[in-house]
Amino acid sequence: MSIGHTLLGLLESGPRHGYDLKRTFDEKFGHDKPLHYGQVYSTMSRLLKNGLVEVDGIETEGGPERKRYAITDAGITDVETWLATPEKPEPYLQSTLYTKVVLALLTDRDASEMLDSQRAEHLRLMRILTDRKRKGDLADQLICDHALFHLEADLRWLELAAARLNKLAEEVRSA
Amino acid sequence: MTPAGSLLTASGLRKTYGPTTALDGADFSIHPGEVVAVMGPSGSGKSTLLHCLAGIVKPDEGSITYNGRELAGLPDAALSALRRSEFGFVFQFGQLVPELTCVENVALPLRLNGARRKDAEQTARTWMERLEVDDLLGKRPGEVSGGQGQRVAVARALATNPRVLFADEPTGALDSLNGERVMELLTDAARSTNAAVVLVTHETRVAAYSDREIVVRDGRSRDMERAV
Amino acid sequence: MSLDTRAKGHTETAAPHPGHTPPASVRARARDLVLGIRFAVGGGRAGWARTILTAVGVGLGVALLLGAASVPNLLQHRDDRSVARSDAGQFDGKDRRRSDSSVLVRGADTDFRDSTVAGRVLRAEGKHPVLPPGLDKIPADGEMVVSPALRDLLDSPEGKLLKERFGAYRVTGTIGDPGLVHPKELYFYTGSDALTQAKGGHRVAKFGYKQPPEPLDPVLVVLVVLGCVVLLTPVIIFIGTAVRFGGDRRDKRLAALRLVGADARAVRRIAAGESLCGALLGLVLGGLAFLALRELLGVFDVWKLSAFASDVTPVPGLAVLVLLAVPLTAVVVTLISLRAVSIEPLGVFRNAKPRKRRIWWRVLMPVVGIGILLSSGRLAGDLTPPVYAIGLGATLTLIGLAALLPWLVEAAVARLRGGPVPWQLAIRRLQLSSGTAARAVSGITVAVAGAIALQMMFGAMHDDFNRVTDNDPGRAKLQVLADVGDGELAEQMIDKFRTTKGVENVIGTVVSYVVKPGKLKNADDIRPTTELTVGTCANLRELARIDSCEDGDTFVVHTGDADMNDWVDEAARPGKPVDLNSVSWDEPGHRHMPWTLPADSPTVKARPDPRGDMHDGIFATYGAISPSKLVDASTNAMIQVDPDVRDNEEYVRNAAARIDPFLDVMTLRAVERDKQYASIQTGLQIGAMATMVLIAASMLVSMLEQLRERRRLLAALTAFGTRRGSMAWSVLWQTAIPVALGLALAVAGGLGLGFVMVRMIEKSVADWWIFLPLTSAGAVLVAVVTLLSLPPLWRMMRPDGLRTE
Repeated sequence: MSIGHTLLGLLESGPRHGYDLKRTFDEKFGHDKPLHYGQVYSTMSRLLKNGLVEVDGIETEGGPERKRYAITDAGITDVETWLATPEKPEPYLQSTLYTKVVLALLTDRDASEMLDSQRAEHLRLMRILTDRKRKGDLADQLICDHALFHLEADLRWLELAAARLNKLAEEVRSA
Repeated sequence: MTPAGSLLTASGLRKTYGPTTALDGADFSIHPGEVVAVMGPSGSGKSTLLHCLAGIVKPDEGSITYNGRELAGLPDAALSALRRSEFGFVFQFGQLVPELTCVENVALPLRLNGARRKDAEQTARTWMERLEVDDLLGKRPGEVSGGQGQRVAVARALATNPRVLFADEPTGALDSLNGERVMELLTDAARSTNAAVVLVTHETRVAAYSDREIVVRDGRSRDMERAV
Repeated sequence: MSLDTRAKGHTETAAPHPGHTPPASVRARARDLVLGIRFAVGGGRAGWARTILTAVGVGLGVALLLGAASVPNLLQHRDDRSVARSDAGQFDGKDRRRSDSSVLVRGADTDFRDSTVAGRVLRAEGKHPVLPPGLDKIPADGEMVVSPALRDLLDSPEGKLLKERFGAYRVTGTIGDPGLVHPKELYFYTGSDALTQAKGGHRVAKFGYKQPPEPLDPVLVVLVVLGCVVLLTPVIIFIGTAVRFGGDRRDKRLAALRLVGADARAVRRIAAGESLCGALLGLVLGGLAFLALRELLGVFDVWKLSAFASDVTPVPGLAVLVLLAVPLTAVVVTLISLRAVSIEPLGVFRNAKPRKRRIWWRVLMPVVGIGILLSSGRLAGDLTPPVYAIGLGATLTLIGLAALLPWLVEAAVARLRGGPVPWQLAIRRLQLSSGTAARAVSGITVAVAGAIALQMMFGAMHDDFNRVTDNDPGRAKLQVLADVGDGELAEQMIDKFRTTKGVENVIGTVVSYVVKPGKLKNADDIRPTTELTVGTCANLRELARIDSCEDGDTFVVHTGDADMNDWVDEAARPGKPVDLNSVSWDEPGHRHMPWTLPADSPTVKARPDPRGDMHDGIFATYGAISPSKLVDASTNAMIQVDPDVRDNEEYVRNAAARIDPFLDVMTLRAVERDKQYASIQTGLQIGAMATMVLIAASMLVSMLEQLRERRRLLAALTAFGTRRGSMAWSVLWQTAIPVALGLALAVAGGLGLGFVMVRMIEKSVADWWIFLPLTSAGAVLVAVVTLLSLPPLWRMMRPDGLRTE
């Protein structure tokens, strides 16, 4: 899962402080594992270096100085590309996919489109595996089956997500 | 509208059953020898799409072209004849005549086409061998397992050498091992005869036996090839 | 060892569970039955549908059974009223004295189209005449009292011609119910001062007479016994079938009950309770239908069958039997049908290989039955027939045929192979389960076999009544007879009838008997007697081959039979006298009336009259002898009518009534049929056909059930292009094969049984083809069941069935 893309995505709705970014991230995606401040700042400095964000201003109200970040045009394009590119189907994709769905919804992009292309990618791989299985020996079959079952689980999740998109959109936008 | 070289094409299909809209502008096309999976949540209109494509149900709107012929205007008798000779069918369950033996069941569509009993049963036997159920020849459907029964059904669907095989949840009542075996045999057999397969399923692992996938949602179809 | 104890311990722990306590307590049993009843009425739409189906089936059967149980009362009541209005003096031969209460009575029955209009002419001889039931006074001269049905007929446009016939009378009243045999009877009483004893009236002192107890004709007893078996067995079979309606669905429901813990016995009891409920509801329905139908009998005249509702009362004993036997049958049939399946928690399993039907006892029954019949000898004369043996024999034969059918169907279809697809589907279906169809059809078998046997018996007996007469309707169709010999009347009849619409020709003669006068050689000899026929030359020519004839001529007529010719010649001796008063030589107090047959009377040959009879004796023209001289003569007109004129007979009857209300008009037909026997024959055929309809209804229900069960399969078959026609043919064959086998068995068995029974009453079989109408009815029935199955079949073949439920 790409924290950089996620933070970029969060910035799309408006400039934020680093602390603000962390809090929003934790709220929406960091259910089991909150983000470290260090992670936020190192990511932000990498994004700054790549020209995907810029410093919008610095506040020093009775505490340490706080930078406010804003997304650049290049940053928006980067998020766009990331969302549109299906993930390589591999195990434990859920958190990445979930993040993508929520971000798509947050940024008013077509999440179902995203899910469908992901689904097509999954199925493409499943076809390859199925084909390999048909031609291969028993060991191949077992290995392929393992992968197939995982992919199937992902696909099921994708289907479920697609079916629940409207509800999720409501929830995400209200939060 | 018809994509080049496609065998069976449908566009703008609409079908309502009373207040429910089963199809709301669905498109479809399939080439000879192609296996197309039709997926979608239950109640999305997959089966209705299959029924329309096969000429079992007349759509309220839209056109269906098979081999350059528009099906919409054909009378029931012509459609029946088409289904008998050009199409094959496999359903989830309950399609074998319980009184007939397995070989008689497989021979049934051939006999309906006018073949002589002996010839029909000879052909039936060959197909049962291909689907590895030739040990069930004299058994009645009630005496064989679900997987065996489905293979008999596949043999029956293919026995007439159909150009299009319609399979509606063919593995729906089977466990995954049996289901996959049926799918393997089905797609192998279909490919070897260059028959197109319209495969309605909600299982992705079954859909993985297809060449292409179409998703039906709320009565609208979406060709996943173009989604990539 | 440890396993054993564990198993034992398991049963012990299971034992206290209420559903598993063997044997179940009375309370548990009652609870199961009640549960069953609750399922029957509370099982949602499907449960109700099944219960109602059963109830309607049972109700139909019950209504029929109650009807059958009412027949003895019906006949008794009708007979009572018929006796009560008959004239007592008619049969005892005693001469009644004229008194203040005596009445003169003369029968005046007439025919109107195809109905008989019965009636009597009355004339009170005093101030306080006895009254027939239903009348409050004897109609005065010119008055007429009619039954309500006759009143309606006379008032209707159809009755116009009949009204003309009674033109001399005015209707002054209605006959009350006690004076009628059945509500639709056409009956009348007229009053006439012209009625005298000489005009055929006889004197009665009271109406009604005490009927001497008369033993039933043994042949009739056999017929009644056989009739009961024939008509009631199919009803019972039908009730048995009705109780099984919807059985498959019920079994599935019961399986669900097993899953929640009911044991096998409890399930059986619940099923029994369900059937019981249907049967009880059926009893109620049947009772209501019976009450409704018997009211209808009073309103409608179906097949000349109408009855007062109060006459149609079941014999109490029989009614109780019906009330008890029907629910019991329902329960027993249910339990028997459950024997063939095992209802397990996870579903219903047919006992894998149903026992092969054994043939020996099935063949044994009819064989023993026929054996009993053959050994019970012949029914001749007054010997009391071995009624029980005959009843038992016939019953065993018929029931044996019914039992033989399931085996026959099974054996027959097991041998059938191949054929076109619809045929193959039907055969295979029957091979797997022919029981249902065969059971239903066995009802037809009993009904048809019985009806054939009964008809053969009636046919054989009927032969006595149903001789083919030589009537030549081309020459004449009606005969009008007057009890007086009156040449003028004969002339008048000829004149009047000749001008009547629809009449082509009339032959009118006056006929009497004449004897050879003088002492007989031997007192015991029969006095030579011959017939004297007086008429015009033209009329006489119709009856004999006469070349030349002038008024005043006489002839001796021979038929050609040598013995008869000699007999004629003994009395009719040209130039010698005959006595016109035939009784004067044998009974004292009568005057001789000699008349000499002219010596120049030629002998001629007779030719058959329109009835086919040959008349011999003396033929004379009016110039030779005046009819007024004849004693005890009758006047006779034979009338030839134009068959193309509608109601020709009615015009003749009306003309006759105008000439003299006391003329008797008879209709001659090529075959003179005894009406009662004809109606019995019709009744039998109708009964057998009604049974077939009943059975057809149950076959239809089973067929629809079967179709509904295979909705999905039918839809799948449609999907792969099966023609509707193929499925229709398969449905047809599936019904036709068992029915054809059942009818074949019925025809063979019925002819066999009929032959044995006919032989028993020492008659010969009149018509071997008697079964044809019934077999054609069978074919029609198959067609009807198929046709009625088609709309649901088409519906089931729609693709909706493919959608997963």
